[in-house]
Amino acid sequence: MFENLFVGIANGLRSLLGGLPLEINEAIVMLVKLVAILVFILVNALWLVYMERKVAAFVQARIGPNRVGPKGLLQTTADIGKLICKEIIIHKDTDKLVFMLAPMLVFVPTLMVFAVIPFGKNMAAIDMNIGLLYLLAIGSLSTLIFWMAGWASNNKYSLLGGMRSVAQMVSYELPMVLAILGVIMITGSLKMSDIIAAQEHTWFIFSQPIAFLIFFIASVSECNRAPFDLIEAESELVNGFNTEYSGMAFAMFYLAEYANMLVSCAMVTILFLGGWYAPFGLDFIPSWLWFFIKMYVMMFIIMQLRWTYPRIRVDQLMGFGWKVLVPLSLANIFVTGIGMYIYRAIGW
Amino acid sequence: METSIYSVIAFYCLAITILGNAALVVFARNIVHSVLFLAVTFIAMAGLFLLLDADFIAAIQVLVYAGAVCIMVVFGIMLIQRPDMKDTNLFNTQLIAGTGVVALVFAMCAILAGRTAWTDLVAMQAVPENTIQVIGALLMSKYVIPFEVVAVLLLVALIGAIVIARDESGAIAVDEGVKANAHD
Repeated sequence: MFENLFVGIANGLRSLLGGLPLEINEAIVMLVKLVAILVFILVNALWLVYMERKVAAFVQARIGPNRVGPKGLLQTTADIGKLICKEIIIHKDTDKLVFMLAPMLVFVPTLMVFAVIPFGKNMAAIDMNIGLLYLLAIGSLSTLIFWMAGWASNNKYSLLGGMRSVAQMVSYELPMVLAILGVIMITGSLKMSDIIAAQEHTWFIFSQPIAFLIFFIASVSECNRAPFDLIEAESELVNGFNTEYSGMAFAMFYLAEYANMLVSCAMVTILFLGGWYAPFGLDFIPSWLWFFIKMYVMMFIIMQLRWTYPRIRVDQLMGFGWKVLVPLSLANIFVTGIGMYIYRAIGW
Repeated sequence: METSIYSVIAFYCLAITILGNAALVVFARNIVHSVLFLAVTFIAMAGLFLLLDADFIAAIQVLVYAGAVCIMVVFGIMLIQRPDMKDTNLFNTQLIAGTGVVALVFAMCAILAGRTAWTDLVAMQAVPENTIQVIGALLMSKYVIPFEVVAVLLLVALIGAIVIARDESGAIAVDEGVKANAHD
């Protein structure tokens, strides 16, 4: 019944606007889709901050936020309300334009990336031929924005944080892309829907376990999450690249971190956990709900990682990325290639 | 390639963005601002490729130029930081040499533009729906030797970087710096 809920809404909207010229009709439908995605990201980011605090409390045997709203559910809403009211302090030595541009731009790559993510059967806003490549290309732009924030603050802690963000993101993007190559070799397509369709019987987590591990580690690092959160290592860098930001400008970076986690978990779900396919033939749960369940399981694992593992040192981070993950992902490509030839020779 | 009114408007918007930002790259006093304008220029170039239905090249343009080349420039800036960033994008007074070089570049562009058979290129055939498979197949068959030469070139660059980073005794110089700082 709920399977076609969102697809049905889109079709209903199209027929409702049937009188208009086709171009305007499509433009309005696309606009509604993008606004829906924006609302989805913001609501999720709010909810994820709450979830993070609850998971932290669970790991540390506390209760966590429990005063504002039922079970403390409105805690983050109240926090954001407070941050909106606060003054955004811009001290006199900042590079003012770049300083204020960075928090405005930080959501842009994340928002653009969501356009190609299929949330359920036929539920990608745009199903591009080069979906995965588009996602990687746009995702790589966020490095520059973090660096802008760190640089423009004109503060040594911010600058160190920004520099670390550049170094870390460049180093971990490589194993991430190389790990994805294993999946692309099997599917032979960069289209999101093709990649999911190839996992109808076997999820890639079973046929590409090493690629899954590398991708997961690298994406945790790309989101700047512990144990790889050296960019904002509180014990050494105050708060890294966003030290000088206050009020809503700070909140934008904070929410963007959760939105980026959302992207990473969605990527893991699409590439390795079968996207919106139901496991064990449990089709009565709609496909989009499966997608969210898988995404939130990954989210829970990432949060648990943060609250159970200590932060690694900066040279260990680089060493791990270049000396362990990159060779491992190259080996994975090699083995995948050989495996594909053997399967073909057997005639599977 | 479409020639509807929308694509014409988009082309001129992109062209203005590219030229304006490219000029700002040159004229900005602060080199950090230059890098940011450069990134905008690269992204607008990707928009031009999209207008030509070359989605793969557009994505690569963003990934390689905006994502990687700008970051490399950022690394360069970080390594040669000056106390005051206000006057880092330096100008010189080599007017005659500069004019000569610019004139040469313009002449080359003009000759190439004049030699290209534009009408044949546009009207030849429909744009293929999926370009990646075709590009991949071409790279691995017809253009396999240039492709491998580029790979070797990159390998040489990598080895060169390692050689520069090492000092005489064979230890990696960066580690020495880390050690020296650790005792402060």
